[in-house]
Amino acid sequence: MTKEIICTVCPTGCTIHVEGENGTITKIEGFSCPRGKLYAENEFISPVRILTSTAKVKNAKSLLVAVRSRTPVPKDKLFDCMDEIRKLDLTAPVKRGDVLIKDVCGTGVDIIATGEVL
Amino acid sequence: MYKIECDVCVVGGGPAGLAAAVSAKQNGAENVLIVERDEALGGILQQCIHPGFGLKLFNEELTGPEYYGRFVIVAKELGVNTLLNSMVLEVGAKTVTCINSEYGVCEITAKAIILAMGCRERTRANIMIPGTRPAGVYTAGTAQRLINRQNEMVGKKVVILGSGDIGMIMARRMTLEGAKVEAVVEIMDFLAGLTRNRVQCLDDFGIPLLLSHTVVNIKGNDRVESVVIAEVDENKKPIMSTAREIECDTLLLSVGLIPENELTNNAGIEINPVTKGPKVNQYMQTSIESVFACGNVVHVNDLVDNVSAESKKAGAAAALYAAGKLKKKAAVTVETGENVRYVCPQAVIPADEKVDLYFRVMKPQKGVVITVTDGENVLFSRKAIKVNPGEMEKATVSVKNISSLKVSVKEA
Repeated sequence: MTKEIICTVCPTGCTIHVEGENGTITKIEGFSCPRGKLYAENEFISPVRILTSTAKVKNAKSLLVAVRSRTPVPKDKLFDCMDEIRKLDLTAPVKRGDVLIKDVCGTGVDIIATGEVL
Repeated sequence: MYKIECDVCVVGGGPAGLAAAVSAKQNGAENVLIVERDEALGGILQQCIHPGFGLKLFNEELTGPEYYGRFVIVAKELGVNTLLNSMVLEVGAKTVTCINSEYGVCEITAKAIILAMGCRERTRANIMIPGTRPAGVYTAGTAQRLINRQNEMVGKKVVILGSGDIGMIMARRMTLEGAKVEAVVEIMDFLAGLTRNRVQCLDDFGIPLLLSHTVVNIKGNDRVESVVIAEVDENKKPIMSTAREIECDTLLLSVGLIPENELTNNAGIEINPVTKGPKVNQYMQTSIESVFACGNVVHVNDLVDNVSAESKKAGAAAALYAAGKLKKKAAVTVETGENVRYVCPQAVIPADEKVDLYFRVMKPQKGVVITVTDGENVLFSRKAIKVNPGEMEKATVSVKNISSLKVSVKEA
């Protein structure tokens, strides 16, 4: 498998070419710094993203509260995590940093509130 | 009329206003008042639920609500006063007139004023897209507000015009909420927003980015039924033989932002025709010496971290001015050299200090050297692998005894 990865570590945006199979990298080129190399390796083996969305809140002036995954979750789990967030049925008050879903979709990552609804 | 007196009055409680108010307080202004039109502080960051904020300032990746939340906490601790649900009607050299449903018309007298009104999105009318006028044409920011604050989904099949950051972020947001984004269409031959957003918002979800394309027609009676897109030539003129129709129910526009300066204009403050914001010196002081300005009302930023840094300067300077410690002196005008569209601040008062010059290039360029010169004297020189109009650049220079300043970007 080969992948062209655009590095997002800095504005330079190097295109890094990675080859490999089943989580091992056989060839990597096009990076211009160690941080870029590490980024491309992670992107190739197990890409992760911070997920943000909103959840419904009852008994509050605001209809929604903003939420996030505390740390990044695997990219291929984003839509599964969205389904779980959609099921949330919160009642105010919700404080910034409150844990709303523990270990979402078995990722080991919590969904927390980033907004505040009092 | 209801009357209020304060040392520093800040117009706008978004990221710029919050940072400026906190800094004014930290620099000795006793009575600092933020006047805000919305029912809460935070400005546009209330709807910017995505991550990517604070990488420079806090060295961590925060969402919009987390970012402004930190400033609100500090502002409260320091005792910054706020007047919410209040629309400012007029700004004078030392007065701010606003209207509020509880007190009616209020007149605020301040020793210094900070303008932090932010910016507005360009609309369909600004870019004059032909076609019918159905429902379903939104600016990206309006759609963002509806989805993220008001729980209203705006459409199911979407085309986005403009590759600005908000447009790309909305492409991801709508996809996560179950919509199908057919394409992001950009008239320029390069991306308008940050590369990071192209990767994480478009490429991640297989959303096509069509550079050198634009929307040439909107069809539909009650609701958008389709848009027609076409490639453009080097003069941005559509090549009609390339036109094709994309079925959709929604068109989002991410076609640029304009600083919101009705109040500034009416106050008679000098405006820079390129940034469309007030001209400022390194203290973020406008042509009226008691009025300061910061954030997107001055020039549209791509990172809120830069807004906060600039607003901190405005707050500190306004506090000094209110205390009678910032005296007006002659300034040199900052000149824009090769491939530089604008520089902010536009003027610098020579002083024994370092000044950050923020600037944008006119066109993308690779392998360049950025210089700041005072006549023959090179004050700053840095090589860059590439520069892009979508990413603001910075040069920090000592401005002691300068007689001129010019920023240039040339081939290395």
